Amino acid sequence: MKILKLIFIIFLIFPFHHLKADETDLQNKIIKNLRCLICQGQSVYDSDSEFAISLKLVVKNKINDGLSEKEIYDFLTEKYGEWILYDPKFNKNTYILWFLPLLIFLFGGAIVFKKLINIK
Amino acid sequence: MKNKTITIIVIFFFIFVFLIFYKGLNNSNIYKPSNNENKIIPKFSAYSFFENKLINSENIFNQKKFYLLNIWASWCVPCRDEHPLIMSLKGNDKLEIIGLNYKDNNKNAKKFINDYGNPYSIILLDKDGIRAIEWGAYGVPETFLIFENQIIKKYIGPLNSKLILEIESFIK
Amino acid sequence: MLSSLMGYYSLIFGLCISLLIILFSVKNFKNSNILDSKILLFSFLQLVLVFVSFLGLVISFVNSDFSNETVFNNSHTTKPLFYKITGTWGNHEGSLLLWLLVLTLFIFIFLVKSKNQLKKYRILTVIFQQIIIIGFFTFLIKTSNPFNYLFPIPEEGLGLNPILQDPALAIHPPILYLGYVGSSIIFSSVLAATTLNYINNDWAKHIKGWVLISWIFLTLGILLGSIWAYYELGWGGFWFWDPVENVSLMPWLALTALLHCILVLEKRSLFKSWIIILSIATFTLSMCGTFLVRSGILNSVHTFANDPERGLFILSFLFVLIFISIFIFFVFHKSDNKKLSPIFLLSKETSIVINNWFMMYFLSVVLIGTVYPIFLDVISSQKISVGPPFYHKLIIPFLIPLLIFMAIGPRLKWIKSELKDKLSLAILLIISVLLSLFIVRNFETNYLLNSILIGSAFYLFFITVRDFFSKKTQRLSQNIAHFGFSLLILSILFNSIFSNEIITNLKVGESYKDDDLEIVFNDLTKENKKNYVLFTGVFSIKDKSFNNILKPELRIYNQPNIITSEADIKITLLQDNFITINTVKNEDYFNVRYMIKPFMLWIWVSVLLIALGGLISLFNKKHEE
Repeated sequence: MKILKLIFIIFLIFPFHHLKADETDLQNKIIKNLRCLICQGQSVYDSDSEFAISLKLVVKNKINDGLSEKEIYDFLTEKYGEWILYDPKFNKNTYILWFLPLLIFLFGGAIVFKKLINIK
Repeated sequence: MKNKTITIIVIFFFIFVFLIFYKGLNNSNIYKPSNNENKIIPKFSAYSFFENKLINSENIFNQKKFYLLNIWASWCVPCRDEHPLIMSLKGNDKLEIIGLNYKDNNKNAKKFINDYGNPYSIILLDKDGIRAIEWGAYGVPETFLIFENQIIKKYIGPLNSKLILEIESFIK
Repeated sequence: MLSSLMGYYSLIFGLCISLLIILFSVKNFKNSNILDSKILLFSFLQLVLVFVSFLGLVISFVNSDFSNETVFNNSHTTKPLFYKITGTWGNHEGSLLLWLLVLTLFIFIFLVKSKNQLKKYRILTVIFQQIIIIGFFTFLIKTSNPFNYLFPIPEEGLGLNPILQDPALAIHPPILYLGYVGSSIIFSSVLAATTLNYINNDWAKHIKGWVLISWIFLTLGILLGSIWAYYELGWGGFWFWDPVENVSLMPWLALTALLHCILVLEKRSLFKSWIIILSIATFTLSMCGTFLVRSGILNSVHTFANDPERGLFILSFLFVLIFISIFIFFVFHKSDNKKLSPIFLLSKETSIVINNWFMMYFLSVVLIGTVYPIFLDVISSQKISVGPPFYHKLIIPFLIPLLIFMAIGPRLKWIKSELKDKLSLAILLIISVLLSLFIVRNFETNYLLNSILIGSAFYLFFITVRDFFSKKTQRLSQNIAHFGFSLLILSILFNSIFSNEIITNLKVGESYKDDDLEIVFNDLTKENKKNYVLFTGVFSIKDKSFNNILKPELRIYNQPNIITSEADIKITLLQDNFITINTVKNEDYFNVRYMIKPFMLWIWVSVLLIALGGLISLFNKKHEE
């Protein structure tokens, strides 16, 4: 059993030691979060539409200009609306969106607790 | 009775959901960004088409007149359709028409202008599409009516005669 | 043309038979103790008629009979035969006909396999199922007729989207529909059983087979969809939290919860009300999904051509079913609140309660994420998008306790239990966490979360592997399924953490080089194929673990006018090496995307293992009978 575990560890470590460049990381992270306005079911990262290609360039330039991730999102929502972000902003429009599942979890927890309270 | 209240709440909940979905059916599912009206125009710089000089936007939109920024490309079919209508606005001295050539090939663009006419006082190049994004556009054609560095109206898609009349009424 | 006529009239007759079946059923309900054989006969007849109708559509497709509007819209004379056949269900009308076929097939199988059950229960199930079938018949004939006649007859069809001409996508709908329709049987059955106060151990034993079948097919259907998305769409992803994907996941979550509850009801008299609600909910979610996907209310890459009239019909039908269910539940269900059998804290029942708690939470996340934009848009005209980041943020942290409960829960016995081997359980937990810290050390910013998550997944992994060696064959199905789940989480996590990607622009003859990797664009060849022009890029890829030639393709189709990009993927046990090329407008270079995707194969294998667990359970059940 222990030998199996050791082999497993060794297997995993070997091929995976590339460290990715941070800049492209941030760029990819942002464009994966953006929705393409032309192919509306795809992210800008996946899309090859003209708009997506240009937008990738815009994001890259803004990163080089030193804008933070939040500032880039603000810039784009100012132009295109909140719809363009896949990660919904946390504002008065989306309180219910973010909180309702958690409330349901707590509600479920309360029911579970009630059921389990009959401990002999 | 507890059971009855739950039943009623459940029924009302589902009626509410039904109504929402019913209304949602009639809304379009394609997203169009809301018009950025009353926004300040973006600052940008671009190469001009014929002289190949770098021009700053502040030097273009600096006079007390109406400007029409038309984003177009030779490969865009609706642009061809709306072009004669833009030509019809050419003579108006209260309006200056600026062209933004989007992601185009110079040869094809030149042919487009030769074939269909040039209503633009200046044509600016946007080979990588970045300037169009500064304007909040995402496709072609899109047209902006500008006055005193503010966007008065934004038109997504090709212009038609009704919209041309609207533009003309704004200019008066 | 003849096949279309045959198809259409078979549908009409099939609908009439539904009414006949209901008539016979109602008559048979009160009198005699045995099931009227006419019901069985006419159910079979209905199945035959729908099959004939379906066959009629297939024949029309195979013959490229463009007098049929559906064939005209979705086929083309140059399409290969296999895809002409599978194109039958690759469109809205044809897929509904497939739904109807499976609906009639399953109710017939139900009748045959339920000979030992109460007559009244069988009849009521048939009646409820026929209501659903009539709904589908009406929907089909009135709004989505697959046999509309076109005149003058067009010379050529509009062709099927080439992206849909793929083997995985061809069998993905049938398998998925088997899952959805299975849940319709559960729905009808639970309504029938509630009316007769038949929700008890016997019913649970009887319905368990159907729950398993539905669950297995749904699992496989979702797997096929992901496999297709990964291999065909070229972005290296397999799950995008797109509405259409979510719509198949929601019934799956409900079914998983239901499956676990049925295991309890088989042995003890617990959770009856909840089981009724879950059973109703599963099919309701399937229908809700059908509505969301086919009505055009949502924006998605893979929706069918949509139509608000159809949407309204499905919506109304869905709510009719919901109100019938509410009525039956509140009128007929008598919960035996009197003897509240206690549940001890440390017991299998508790684990299952916790399982349901988490499944319902995940279900609510997916459901809310999918429909919230609709609600917001209708109520306040604001348009937002809900995408992967939302689901990840709300689901991933909760996987940690879920995995740990999955490791400990199954070891507990019914009613009351002790936690044996506490020491070895604790040691394994420590080893798991250390192991994952070691692996994640250089990478993520979400260091803590990821290591705990991987640690929990490893924990479940080790526990299930260890249990496998302890020779308890009656728990084999559960062990394999849970092991599969742990492997799934581990594979997905490693895949997302260790994936690497290079995007670059290359002309023929150019190459890309960095410290670890060299990509050489050797050549571009052209070939004319039956319905497209094929450009193949030849790339030599060399890195530390890989030295090979990959040939991604660009296909230029004539009908419809589309360019698709086909990835070339080298699959090995440890990783996939994945490359695609795309044209760039106005330029003579290509955009090349090369990705290293670790453990992709294990993601697929793990889902197969989960389904296998279900299959073994089904097999065990058959053995017991």
